[in-house]
Amino acid sequence: MHAALEILTAVCLLAGSVFAIIGGIGILRLPDVFTRMHGAGITDTLGAGLILLGLMILGGISLVTVKLIMILVFLWISSPTSTHALARSALANGVRPQLAGDPAPEEDSSSPS
Amino acid sequence: MLPATMAAIIVTMALALTRAALGPTVFDRILALNMFGTKTVLLIAVIGFLTGRPDFLDLALVYALMNFIGVIAVLRFAKYGHFGELEDEAEEDA
Repeated sequence: MHAALEILTAVCLLAGSVFAIIGGIGILRLPDVFTRMHGAGITDTLGAGLILLGLMILGGISLVTVKLIMILVFLWISSPTSTHALARSALANGVRPQLAGDPAPEEDSSSPS
Repeated sequence: MLPATMAAIIVTMALALTRAALGPTVFDRILALNMFGTKTVLLIAVIGFLTGRPDFLDLALVYALMNFIGVIAVLRFAKYGHFGELEDEAEEDA
């Protein structure tokens, strides 16, 4: 039972780490701000969720787990809210999503892709 | 497993900082800083477990709250160019 919980913790932490790095690569390489929000969303939902779930299993049933659940719930509320406000603010300031027919921005032509 | 998770979070923070430095618009930088703050919360929680001091979770919770408030404040500034003081003064004068 104890070994199974340790394996479950390791799997959750590793999967969360992989998703966090995937989101980090996404925020660096995707072409415009609206697609980069997708990469940031991956780290905020799956990455943070899996890492905190692994810590919850590690912490057992105690006050620590309650605090972890509070952090997780708050992240899941605040992250979409701030992303939504960011998208509205970007649109209101004249940033347009890059469409399929548009030419690539200058910074992507200079960086190796 | 905890040190590997910490390394992955630090790598992600470095990637977010790179985007914040490169970002062509101010919104790219705000997005990257929001993600950096979220990863800071996770890093504090993981370090708390790594050093056997789960009291760090309180710091993580406070940091999550501060990060959200900071992002909303910066967005208001980016949208209106001020923090709303002029509107309040106008209402008080009227």
